[in-house]
Amino acid sequence: MSRALRLLPITLAVWILGTFAWRLIQPDDPTIRSQLVNREVPAFDLPAAAPGTVGLKSADLATGKPRLLNLFASWCVPCVAEAPVLAELHRRGVEIDGIAIRDTPGAVGAFLGRHGNPYSRIGSDPTSRAQLALGSAGVPETFVIDGKGVMRLQHVGPIYEGDIPAILEALEKAR
Amino acid sequence: MRALALALALLVAAPALADSNLPPAYWAYRQLPDPKQEARAQALMEELRCLVCQGQSIADSDADLAGDMRDLVRRRIAAGEKPEAIRAWLIERYGDWISYRPTAEPINWPLWAAPVILLIFGGAMVAGRIRRKRS
Amino acid sequence: MIAEAGLAALWLAAALSLLGLFLSIAHVRGTLEADKAVRALAIVQGLLCLFAFAMLLLVFARTDLSVALVAENSHSAKPLIYKVAGAWGNHEGSMLLWVTVLGLSGAALAALSHRLPSRTLIAALGAQAALALGFHAFLLFASNPFARLNPPAPEGRGLNPLLQDPGLAFHPPTLYLGYVGLSVAFSLAVGALLGGEVNRQLARAMRPWVLGAWIFLTLGITAGSYWAYYELGWGGWWFWDPVENASLMPWLAATALLHSVAVLAARNALKAWTMMLAVIAFSMSMIGTFLVRSGILTSVHAFAVDPLRGSFILGLLAVYVTAAFLLFAVRAPTLREGAPFEPVSREAAIVANNLLLTVILGVVFIGTLYPLLAEATTGEKLSVGAPYFNAVAGPLAILLGILLAVGPLLSWRREGRPVLRRLALPGLFAATALAITFFAIPQSGLLPKFGLALAAGLIPATIIPLIGRNPLRTPLATWGMAIAHLGAAVAVAGMAADSAFTTEKLTAAKPGETVEVGPWLVEFTGVTPAVGPNWTAVEAELRATRGSGVHVLKPQTRFFTNPPTETNEAAIDTLLSGQLYTVIGRSDAEGRWQLRLWWKPLVTLIWFGGVLIGLGGLLALAGHARRAWRRRMAQ
Repeated sequence: MSRALRLLPITLAVWILGTFAWRLIQPDDPTIRSQLVNREVPAFDLPAAAPGTVGLKSADLATGKPRLLNLFASWCVPCVAEAPVLAELHRRGVEIDGIAIRDTPGAVGAFLGRHGNPYSRIGSDPTSRAQLALGSAGVPETFVIDGKGVMRLQHVGPIYEGDIPAILEALEKAR
Repeated sequence: MRALALALALLVAAPALADSNLPPAYWAYRQLPDPKQEARAQALMEELRCLVCQGQSIADSDADLAGDMRDLVRRRIAAGEKPEAIRAWLIERYGDWISYRPTAEPINWPLWAAPVILLIFGGAMVAGRIRRKRS
Repeated sequence: MIAEAGLAALWLAAALSLLGLFLSIAHVRGTLEADKAVRALAIVQGLLCLFAFAMLLLVFARTDLSVALVAENSHSAKPLIYKVAGAWGNHEGSMLLWVTVLGLSGAALAALSHRLPSRTLIAALGAQAALALGFHAFLLFASNPFARLNPPAPEGRGLNPLLQDPGLAFHPPTLYLGYVGLSVAFSLAVGALLGGEVNRQLARAMRPWVLGAWIFLTLGITAGSYWAYYELGWGGWWFWDPVENASLMPWLAATALLHSVAVLAARNALKAWTMMLAVIAFSMSMIGTFLVRSGILTSVHAFAVDPLRGSFILGLLAVYVTAAFLLFAVRAPTLREGAPFEPVSREAAIVANNLLLTVILGVVFIGTLYPLLAEATTGEKLSVGAPYFNAVAGPLAILLGILLAVGPLLSWRREGRPVLRRLALPGLFAATALAITFFAIPQSGLLPKFGLALAAGLIPATIIPLIGRNPLRTPLATWGMAIAHLGAAVAVAGMAADSAFTTEKLTAAKPGETVEVGPWLVEFTGVTPAVGPNWTAVEAELRATRGSGVHVLKPQTRFFTNPPTETNEAAIDTLLSGQLYTVIGRSDAEGRWQLRLWWKPLVTLIWFGGVLIGLGGLLALAGHARRAWRRRMAQ
């Protein structure tokens, strides 16, 4: 066996072991992110999610002013934690649209009654079709959309109080 | 007796164990009436990765979102869309990660070349062990 | 007290491994005559590990909730068999099983090995002790199964309901006996490279160990596949999941090693290949252990996800694998190879067989690690799944199948072309079958078609070596080879049949409705509650007919409380011609229940073939053992 051939197994072994070590040091981030950031929001047209609210079209997101698109559900526990933060953002003048994923009008209505309604419009997405179109993989998620209807930022998971400055900054940058 | 009552109660309460408030989408657990379309849909579903599972295709998962993805695939196949187009649409949104079939992108060329390279390389190594005919 | 006794035994065993390692090094270097001492230490160490494992089983059987592991993974309401099997249904317990098999393998090697020169054996036992030392350290410092919980828990946290199954009792121990049994081949290779010679004697000593480990690995993988098939509720039997691949890779290496050892024993050739394969096989076992327990790959089957433990195993892996490969690189030039083989001879066929098996091993390895390697190099996330593995391993397996028909008919040393005439009839069967598939099932893929054709030719072909011989005078080993190869052919038939002929029906039905699946009419009569020792369920009754006779199936959806989970229990009816696989899902608002029905013709051949392969191996092992016994009696 030639020298190169005999050294080949150990060279491969070292490379692969090195990769394993890398992965142990830098653990995998299992969050699945949408690839549509910096692209126009895909077209969708959703009916109203709860009595007393208005449905949401993708065209409604291109108003000239940056806004937030929040995916939530009444059965989603972290969404409850997020509700006061959304209320605070709304109080500071941020416009928020919502999409209720896999939810019923009664449950959404009860959720809004209990935790407040910061949304201008709320679309109903009973089979996750809009969620899939947006490249989202769960709730809650929030997108920062600029005035032209282009997605600028995706925030996966609930927005906590500490995230408020980052969200506001993203909205500023999206002008 | 108590266990039986519990079971009966669970019969009614079973949906509460589900994730979301709604039952599965229409086409999540139904086959398309046209067998050729269903076969195409099934083949595609086995190659799409479930977004909320630990490494399963949407064909093998009971998760709500997996059911919704099956619903999406079946609707689009029924509407006449090609499986490749649906896969491309999903890759556009979630990246190569969502396809269990590695794409034809350059990043996957070593993967597809591997068996060929291994065969040639291995063949060369064993060629020395086989006596060649002396002409 | 019991737990402490077990822990003490483990510490003692670790100390004895250390002592054994030192003594074996001294013996190999010639400074000390320690043959008997090293052997005795290996045996005692193995028995101590067995004792510790017995203590763990006892602690689980009694549901001793002052032991943290029991409190974490068990529950007093569990049936006894699952309490005991639960001992290895978690990371620490299964790691103790690992270490126990490692110790017992060393003990068996020390006790049963009579034909090897002393230097080689002691060097091998030294290698085995070195392996044991590392894994003992991992067990004692990072995965102590006997850690106490103070104060004891009032009740256990229960066990994952998917693991409350006879599969758990059978699959892990069998698999570990295989996985870890390969350590003996590894140690013998290291021992031979270090202290002795690589020759026929080594091959004859190594063969039973490889055979034994390979048999268990085959049966373990077969059991795992069947368990996943009936447990997961979708009728799949292999998913190319990273953890499944982690068990397949040692098997591929061990199969190649098995055949390579045969060449080494018969022709004193393929020395370097055999040593390399022995090292690779156990390295694959260790890599598998790492992949499954470190959490770096996503899988439904993955164990406790713990990067810290992963680092420890990675360290062990790095030391053992690089040391062994380095040793190989240094010593390989001293291995003198014989003359080249005739192109159409048994040796050449085995070389080709090893090549194909190694290539399949390589692509499974690359495919499993590719997402990780791609992300490390480019930062991109991608997935490699069944479409890749089937596309690549499938055709290679077909080639391997053809070799399977040809190889056993060839003789050692001789040019064997005339012998191939005996394959004319099987070849005809295969060609006819292939043609029929194109007419009868045009819609199925190429791979199932070729698989069916291959099986049609291979099943008769594997029997040919037995034809014309007196059955009583044919060596057991030859019977074993034929049956093992037949098993492979039968398994291929089952796999191809499943892909080609399975019909599926997904529907929502009201009680009283009848559903069609394949040739079957299935009447859904209704749903009733059911109760078990620690679960409640919703049970459906299905009455299936196809002509005459009614088959009653009762699939369930089970609800467990500790921990709260919902599982599908498929109801499977097994007939000679195939299986009817039924699952009940949820109901909707209108009272329609989801039904999933499959008619899978000939699918049981997959696992029946696996069992046949194991049986063939067992016959071969018995044949070698009997010959060795006769030889010793004659002396």
